[in-house]
Amino acid sequence: MNKMQRFIKEFGWPRLIIAAFLLSLFVIAPFAGVNIGTSLTDTIMRFSMNGVMVLAMVPMIHSGCGLNFGLPLGIIAGLLGGTLAMQFGFTGKLSFLMAIVLCTPFALLFGWAYGKLLNRVKGGEMMIATYVGFASVSFMCMMWLLLPYSNPQMVWGYGGSGLRTTISTEGYYYHVLSDFLNIKIGHLSIPTGSLLFFALLAFLMWAFLHTKKGTAMTAVGSNPIYARASGIKIDSIRTLSVIMSTWLGAVGILVYEQAFGFIQLYNGPFYMALPAVSAILIGGASVNKASITNVIVGTFLFQGIVTMTPSVMNSIIHTDMSEVIRIIVSNGMILYALTRKTEETR
Amino acid sequence: MEATLLEMKNISKDFFGNTVLEDVNLTLKKGEVLGLVGENGAGKSTLMKILFGMKSIEETGGYGGTIEFDGKPVAFHSSEEALASGIGMVHQEFSLLPEFTATENIVLNRESTRYSVVSELFGSRLNTLDRQSMQKKAIEAINKLAVKLDSEMLVGDMPVGHKQFTEISRELSRDGMKLLILDEPTAVLTEHEALALLSSIKRLAASGISVIFITHRLAEILEVCDQILVMRDGCIVKQLDSGNASVSGIAKAMVGREVDTSSKKAKEVDVETAPVEMEIKNLWVDMAGETVKDVSLQVHKGEILGIGGLAGQGKLGIPNGIMGLYPAGGTVTFRGKEIKLNNPSDCLASGLAFVSEDRAGVGLLLDESLEWNISFSAMQVNNKFLKSYLGGLVKWRDEDAIREVTQRYVDALQIKCTSTRQKARSLSGGNQQKVCLAKALALEPSLLFVSEPTRGIDIGAKSLVLQALRRYNEQQGTTIVMISSELEELRSVCDRIAIITDGKVIGIRPAHCPSEEFGLLMVGHQGEGK
Repeated sequence: MNKMQRFIKEFGWPRLIIAAFLLSLFVIAPFAGVNIGTSLTDTIMRFSMNGVMVLAMVPMIHSGCGLNFGLPLGIIAGLLGGTLAMQFGFTGKLSFLMAIVLCTPFALLFGWAYGKLLNRVKGGEMMIATYVGFASVSFMCMMWLLLPYSNPQMVWGYGGSGLRTTISTEGYYYHVLSDFLNIKIGHLSIPTGSLLFFALLAFLMWAFLHTKKGTAMTAVGSNPIYARASGIKIDSIRTLSVIMSTWLGAVGILVYEQAFGFIQLYNGPFYMALPAVSAILIGGASVNKASITNVIVGTFLFQGIVTMTPSVMNSIIHTDMSEVIRIIVSNGMILYALTRKTEETR
Repeated sequence: MEATLLEMKNISKDFFGNTVLEDVNLTLKKGEVLGLVGENGAGKSTLMKILFGMKSIEETGGYGGTIEFDGKPVAFHSSEEALASGIGMVHQEFSLLPEFTATENIVLNRESTRYSVVSELFGSRLNTLDRQSMQKKAIEAINKLAVKLDSEMLVGDMPVGHKQFTEISRELSRDGMKLLILDEPTAVLTEHEALALLSSIKRLAASGISVIFITHRLAEILEVCDQILVMRDGCIVKQLDSGNASVSGIAKAMVGREVDTSSKKAKEVDVETAPVEMEIKNLWVDMAGETVKDVSLQVHKGEILGIGGLAGQGKLGIPNGIMGLYPAGGTVTFRGKEIKLNNPSDCLASGLAFVSEDRAGVGLLLDESLEWNISFSAMQVNNKFLKSYLGGLVKWRDEDAIREVTQRYVDALQIKCTSTRQKARSLSGGNQQKVCLAKALALEPSLLFVSEPTRGIDIGAKSLVLQALRRYNEQQGTTIVMISSELEELRSVCDRIAIITDGKVIGIRPAHCPSEEFGLLMVGHQGEGK
């Protein structure tokens, strides 16, 4: 019993309740005529698509910069990498690799400048980050039209210039990870490659947090004055965390695109930060404490609920309301997660 | 003049088991000025808070004893009640509205008002202000003080002295004011302003208002007070008439706990002739409330140097400035090498370490384990407790080494904890202090700054911490600079003690000098010569 109580305390009631709800959805699903295999496939696929972007929250939380509401900035770096790789004519698996290589300089540059900015607004990072995200999306709305891209699969058919709002990754990096070692059992299909890629990045993050630099990063987030008194250069550690977060955001969107099959430009990155923020909060992270477990649990619960609720509800009430339900559920989850935001006293 | 105005009997108060006042008795006659002196934390402010009915007293469990004011037993539950019965208090910190004029501040919430049509409709809250009568009231109050104060001046534009006068005027403008409590009113005043205030106090007393006057400036006390009470450790240790009191007598009573110094072994080496380990020249530190103006000091190898002085005089600024936590200037040489100021990592790398007085703010990672708290600085500065992989490219935390060193310090300093993984937040103050000390010792420093090592911890932990300091000094030869407000503690541990007053070193004496001499230095008397 004691063991049970400790488990509940460590795991947390909110997570238990959400997990129970998700489980009940899976139980109801067959009776509502929803195929369990398809549902599981969807949930796992969405987990693998979004995991890296949720992972991107970790470094900034550790360094005390709060939740990265400025994730769209990293996503833009990823979009630049993704589109440039296609523009330069790389195809297949190579195009995915090149997309990561090409997005890196942008992510480093954007992250560095974004980090410098956040160092000047200590205490108000999350508010500023939100607007950095919004502003960068709006700026890029102009740039996507103006940048001299010429790959016919990407530019508008009429006029011949300016990128389309949605670009298919077919023939480039479509499903390069998802189809790698894909396991198919009946309706169930597991995107092993995507999961492995996420696991690799999560392992690297975990490892980083166990190094000297990573320890310093956690200490900066826990008590910046303590860290400074121990000879840590707080600002450079914070900048490093922002760069890491931005780069993970960039890679995260590439993983998302390869599974989704489309690149979404213009307003696409606008609302990408909120699901990631919510997922890690639901996973049990606070504004200055987060672990890899928080990332995995949170992403699975959040994406599970968002996938399952609309399909199950839809089948029960027999009207096509899936889009409405999806919006209500996902925004409701975000709202719930943000009210759960706990800031540990510094 | 003869009638007794205030009588406080057997007053006692404890904060959650920590006794701060014990059996305090106090009698005050009408028109009498009572001087209250004592070191920081002697219980002066708490006593006045009880009298004034401050909320913080009731919230922490009330007090014991009885108070009789103006012939009636009273027990104030709020400051408003105290005010209503004629007690006014001027606090150390100003409570004034800077954008309002002196008049407006003085009569705030007691403005004279005029009835108007609107007030017929909406009640007396919408009466208009009668500025002329307000002005009259304010000037009347200012005249009682007999100081020059422009009643139309914005408080924000005033020099501090005038702000202080505005505060006092506000208390005086109340009807039926019988007792005025002044908590260190002269601390912020220039000499000239202080003199003006003192003569005002005398005038008030002559007009029949009693005054309780708290200050650290002993000469002032002698000048205006009829009766002087000296407090120490929550008790009144001495009651004097101003006629037969002297500055040195008061100073001795203030600090003069006679302590057993026999336990202290004489040092084998004479520290005064030992080589200079650290030389501080013309150090200034910009630390709010603890500004260091111009400090020059020599720290000898192997000694324990004490730095004492009253709060706010700058003693805490010295280690904080040298260790780079606050902006500082001047030159600090350590073992012949100049230390880069404003650069904590350079200080730590040269072998300095610092136990901060601000445990929660600077000293600890409250939400992390003891292991992290103790090992972190040493890991970051000296690359200890790390395993190197890939030719030093990856520096991996060595959890085993961390646990081992933590356990060692837990044992050595007798830190009471359930495990080395316990969060620092859940420890008691004394044990937190030991963790801070362990963190500094883990750096294996050659010179250790320890700031207020016993503040807010119980007696048992106190002696353990002090013993540990002496042990490290004797066995490892660590030079220690210890900053403390408690003179007796410094005298029992240190070899020499420097006293800081007004941001400067006013004198350095060997620790065996009588405490009276240190007391005089603290209140700004240079001693023998003057």
